[in-house]
Amino acid sequence: MLKLENCVIDNGGFFLAADLAVERGRIVAVIGPSGGGKTTLLEAIAGFLPVIEGAVLWRGRDITALAPGARPVAMLFQDGNLFPHLSAAQNVGLGLRPDLRLSRDQWQTVEDALARVGLSGLGQRKPAALSGGQRARVALSRLMVQHRDIMLLDEPFAALGPALKAEMLVLVAELARESGATVLMVSHEPEDARRIADEVIFVDGGQAHPPLGTKALFASPPDALRAYLGGD
Amino acid sequence: MARRAQPLGAGPGIGAAACLAALILGTLAAVAWRAEAGGGLTAADWAAVRFTALQAALSASLSVALAIPVARALARRRFAGRRALIALLGVPFILPVIVAVLGLLQVFGRAGWVSEALGLFGLPPVRIYGLHGVVLAHVFLNLPLATRLILQGWQEVPAERFRLAAQLGFGPWAMLRLIEVPMLRQVVPGALAVVFAICLTSFAVALTLGGGPRATTIELAIYQSFRFDFDLGRAALLSGLQIVLTTGAAVVALRLARGTGFGAGLDRPVQRWDGRGAPARAGDAAWIGGTALFLILPLAAIAASGLAGFAGLPPAVWRAAAVSLAVAGVSTGLLLLMALPMAGAVALGRYGLIEVAGLLGLAASPLVIGTGLFILLRPYTDPTALALPVTALVNAVMALPFALRILVPRASEVVERHGRLALSLGMGRGAFLRLVFLPRMRAQIGFAAGLAMALSMGDLGVIALFAGAETATLPLQVYRLMGAYRMEAAAGAALLLLALSVGSFWILDRGGRWHAEA
Amino acid sequence: MRHLAFAAGLLGATAASAQTPELTVYTYDSFVSDWGPGPQVEAAFEETCGCDLKLVGVEDGAALLARVRLEGAHSGADVVLGLDTNLMAAAHKTGLFAPHGVSADFDLPVAWDDPVFLPYDWGWFAFVHDKGFDAPASLRSLADSDATILIRDPRSSTPGLGLLMWVRAAYGDEAGAIWEGLADNIVTVTKGWSEAYGLFMEGEADMVLSYTTSPAYHLIAEEDDSKTAAIFDEGHYMQVEVAAMMAATDQPELAGEFLRFMVSDRFQSIIPTTNWMYPAVTPAGGLPEGFETLARPGKSLLLAPEEAAALRDQALAEWRAALSR
Repeated sequence: MLKLENCVIDNGGFFLAADLAVERGRIVAVIGPSGGGKTTLLEAIAGFLPVIEGAVLWRGRDITALAPGARPVAMLFQDGNLFPHLSAAQNVGLGLRPDLRLSRDQWQTVEDALARVGLSGLGQRKPAALSGGQRARVALSRLMVQHRDIMLLDEPFAALGPALKAEMLVLVAELARESGATVLMVSHEPEDARRIADEVIFVDGGQAHPPLGTKALFASPPDALRAYLGGD
Repeated sequence: MARRAQPLGAGPGIGAAACLAALILGTLAAVAWRAEAGGGLTAADWAAVRFTALQAALSASLSVALAIPVARALARRRFAGRRALIALLGVPFILPVIVAVLGLLQVFGRAGWVSEALGLFGLPPVRIYGLHGVVLAHVFLNLPLATRLILQGWQEVPAERFRLAAQLGFGPWAMLRLIEVPMLRQVVPGALAVVFAICLTSFAVALTLGGGPRATTIELAIYQSFRFDFDLGRAALLSGLQIVLTTGAAVVALRLARGTGFGAGLDRPVQRWDGRGAPARAGDAAWIGGTALFLILPLAAIAASGLAGFAGLPPAVWRAAAVSLAVAGVSTGLLLLMALPMAGAVALGRYGLIEVAGLLGLAASPLVIGTGLFILLRPYTDPTALALPVTALVNAVMALPFALRILVPRASEVVERHGRLALSLGMGRGAFLRLVFLPRMRAQIGFAAGLAMALSMGDLGVIALFAGAETATLPLQVYRLMGAYRMEAAAGAALLLLALSVGSFWILDRGGRWHAEA
Repeated sequence: MRHLAFAAGLLGATAASAQTPELTVYTYDSFVSDWGPGPQVEAAFEETCGCDLKLVGVEDGAALLARVRLEGAHSGADVVLGLDTNLMAAAHKTGLFAPHGVSADFDLPVAWDDPVFLPYDWGWFAFVHDKGFDAPASLRSLADSDATILIRDPRSSTPGLGLLMWVRAAYGDEAGAIWEGLADNIVTVTKGWSEAYGLFMEGEADMVLSYTTSPAYHLIAEEDDSKTAAIFDEGHYMQVEVAAMMAATDQPELAGEFLRFMVSDRFQSIIPTTNWMYPAVTPAGGLPEGFETLARPGKSLLLAPEEAAALRDQALAEWRAALSR
């Protein structure tokens, strides 16, 4: 279980309060208005922002003071998920060993991961030579080889078309179910949440609310969420 | 975790800045400490301070004022040879001073090409000597640098803004007021400060073209206190004053315009839809043509007078060329060892002191650094034996301010864009440096290294204070040939120096950009 | 490949000095250059001395003295070669130099009996010009003429200081007025000898301050007889270049041997065609062919070292004042 105990997160003067828990293996959508603190929540879990009060726990272990790379967390950002000067295979390989000193077996793992997302034989290409969808797949296959317990997705597919984005979300769900990872994904579209999320965390006005079941939540949203959704 | 997690350490950069400050202030202190009966500043010294500030202010203002229309023309026109012209803009800046002066005089001197042309119409020759001569030379040396800085500003205006302007049908006036002036307000203070600082430490140019003791600069006054009066206290005082003036100007400029850089890859013209009328075209053509002529003629003069002596260059000159290449190579290495960690630290948000420390290299008098090092080294070793390493070190310090201007903006961008991903992958600092930071900075490192190499090749530096018979560098050898009446061979050696400076700059700059993805 | 030897010398310096004694001579940079007397002098002296002669170049005479003062009693130099009479008083006052004890039959236009500083060459300052140019015949007529000249800054150049002393020696307290007359003749003032001579060769002025012996270079080395030196009625100021032994040297015998060698035929015959000055002791073989064509002033001027030192600051102030108008 991922637990944020009475946390206050400092994002350069913007403060977000969070006191919530997410069960292992759940896929959770994080929704809410712009500037409400969705990204702040993810970055605190990933270790990029200081938690000035409270603690972040994973399976009972306090990870608040750990460096980002030492946490059981893998994250995809809105953009800049690939290094443009490294090949697709190298980019995936970083997920196995961040110093890229990979063994033959590990390179094979990279190749397999690329094949799993449908990119067989494209490992030597640099990101500039791949389409937007292909780039997203490379990032996902890196997420796969990282084998982290928690996956954080900060709208990495925002630039893709609706069909491609839906395809990627399904792929994320598949990969997460295969590995048993816990997923937190920021989203602007309630539709995305409905498509793959078990639960939804609503973030608004400096407050992250505990997760609620997706269906139940959309069936009878609280006032603040209703206002955000536009009362549909 | 008090602050944001970072993919790099600021420690090495802060360490490098501290070493640099210790070197410059320590040598200054060593000179002051060694002073015997210290005289204060004389009225003549204050006159020198006033003249120095005046000529530097005029040179900086004129260089930048001329650079604005030239950069604007270059930013919005495409023409054959544009790339070559921009490359040429780098040359005067890396030219050894004496070579530049002789080249200028062949064009603008009493017996120069311009005077000869005037003579055909029965007009008297131009008189280049005086304050205007000093400013002319400084504009020749610094206009290209100012143009590059301002051109960079134009290229950083987002393309959408020009598209929007075209959409709204902006006239030239609206374009100027709404797009160009705000950009210039960012870029111009930095350009002014850099040129001002460079001109503050000018000595030989100011004296030779200034035409007499009226054109006494602070650097000449320092020289005089050392050699003529052997008054080390006064030398230290003057050097301190020079540092205060330069860092003062630099701090003001940095405040006014944070984070403007030279940038690499300036050969991409901006797509614009304005300035299509005939007057605008003619104006741009005149600016570009005039600048090209102003820069190319003296360079051509240097090449023309050097060719005769080039064939029969004595072996000692080639030997000195090898020494110079080695010194410049070591100097470039030292520079990168200092500049990269410092740029990294600035990128992590530790600006302020580091940037100021980086600028000290511009402000410090080479004579004071050299003498201070001499005083400091002497108790432990024979400074003469260290002539070449010391020269390499001092040259690196002098090139540092320029290297930082090149590296810092890109370093900030790399840390900004890739830092979080690297952290989330658990990349260590070493791996980040090797796999991300250095590869992403390649073009800028190449540019900075090329500039440092060329500056070091061309600079006489402190070698003349320490040199034995065996350790002559190429610029020193040019002086020695002139001192031995061998003017033709000296011109040949100067051409070789020019070729090596430009060549090493070109190779490193191109090498950095070769196959480097944007 | 001497720069490699330099690198090796860094490591081997201590080992080598244990075997052969080393004599270190500080001198000005153009002396040690490949085209100066240095290489020949070094080879010739090492043939007989059984030692290693190390020449260290330090810009010019003024920088040389500053260096020795900076190093003081612990100077690395055994001998200093390249001061001139204008620097002698200041050098003497440091107390760093020892009497040379060498006697020689000098061929100088002035008597020489200084116990510490030993001359090795000398020359007359003069304005050099092309033969076709109708040069004025005195400093005063130069000041009245519209001929253009290039001079050097006395604060950064020893010939520059020489011209200051020349005007002083010729005109005494009238010097300031002469400088005011000269102000409009001066094209520019350069940092050192090289820049001024370079500008002259580019045609920037009618005449350049140099030595009466300068035309000898063009004549002998370039077979070009188009240059000559203007002879002035007031007489010509001399530059006498001297060397001295450091009092604190640990090689007093070797230093003495070098000074004796310096006034010997072997050294003196190297001087005329490398330093382009008159040797202090004319060698047995006479002067090289071509030197006999040089113009010789009717009168030599030279201020005594103490007098030159005492006048220096005032002369500089006069010069600055006149040229800053």
